[in-house]
Amino acid sequence: MTIRQAAAVVGGTFACHEDLADKEVKTACGSDMMSDVMAFYHDGGILLTGLMNVQVIRTASLMDIDAVCFVRGKEPTEEIIELAQENNIPVFKTELPMFPACGKLYAAGIKGNGQEES
Amino acid sequence: MQFDYDVSGDDFSRAGTASQDIKKRLQQLGVPVTVVKRTAIAMFEAEINMVIHAHGGQAHVTIENDKITIVMEDHGPGIPDIEKAMQPGFSTAPDSARDLGFGAGMGLPNMKRNSDFMHIDSTVGKGTKVTMEIRIKNA
Repeated sequence: MTIRQAAAVVGGTFACHEDLADKEVKTACGSDMMSDVMAFYHDGGILLTGLMNVQVIRTASLMDIDAVCFVRGKEPTEEIIELAQENNIPVFKTELPMFPACGKLYAAGIKGNGQEES
Repeated sequence: MQFDYDVSGDDFSRAGTASQDIKKRLQQLGVPVTVVKRTAIAMFEAEINMVIHAHGGQAHVTIENDKITIVMEDHGPGIPDIEKAMQPGFSTAPDSARDLGFGAGMGLPNMKRNSDFMHIDSTVGKGTKVTMEIRIKNA
C-alpha cells in the first residue's frame, strides 16, 4: 500500500510532505529506541514511534526510512517538521497508541522486517 | 579526502549532523547505497555516544577509493570494561539518554556490526578513541 493508505488505516493526519505520500511501502517498525531501530530494522518503510525529538527524523533519514508516524496523539514540534521537510520525509500522526497502530497496519498487510515473517 | 567535525556535547538535538553531512557527501560521490548506510549508522551511533557519555569530541572521516575510515575522539570518562560495553543491551547511559531514544545498549554493537574493522582505545579518566573502517565494495 502507499504511505497515504497506511496513514488512513491508522486515522492519521499529515504534518508534512503529504506530497510524497504516494510511495509504496511494504514494511514498518515500531520503537521508541532509535538504536534498536538501527540495529533491528533495515527496510525503508514506516517508522512508528512515540518518541518526540529531532533524532527520530535523523534516524529515519540515515536509515532511508520512507515515512514517520507519531503515535499516541503526539504533535510533532516545529523543529521536527522542519528537519523532515528538509529531508523529504512524510510525517503523520495518529491518536492511536503504539500497539493498536501497529496491529491495524499489520492486519492491513504491512509486514515486519522480513526474517520474522512466515 | 578528509572531513573533520566538532561534535558539540551541549546540544543533543545537533548530534547526528556530522553523520548526515557525511552521508550526503558519500551519496554525491556515488558510493554504493549499502556502504553509505553502514557508514551513516556507525558514525551516528558514535556521535550519539560522544554526546551522551563524553560531552562531545572530534570526528575525522577519511574517504579513499577502497575504504572509509572514521575516527571518533573524545576526552570523556573512558570505558572501564570494553568487553562488557560491547555486549548488546549493556548500557551505562543515564535515564535522560533513554528519554531521548538512546541508551538501549545497542550503540557499540551497531557500530561494530556496520563496520569491517573497529578498534576502541580508551583510558579511564582521559578519553576514548574509536576507529572504524568500512570497505567500499562495488556491487
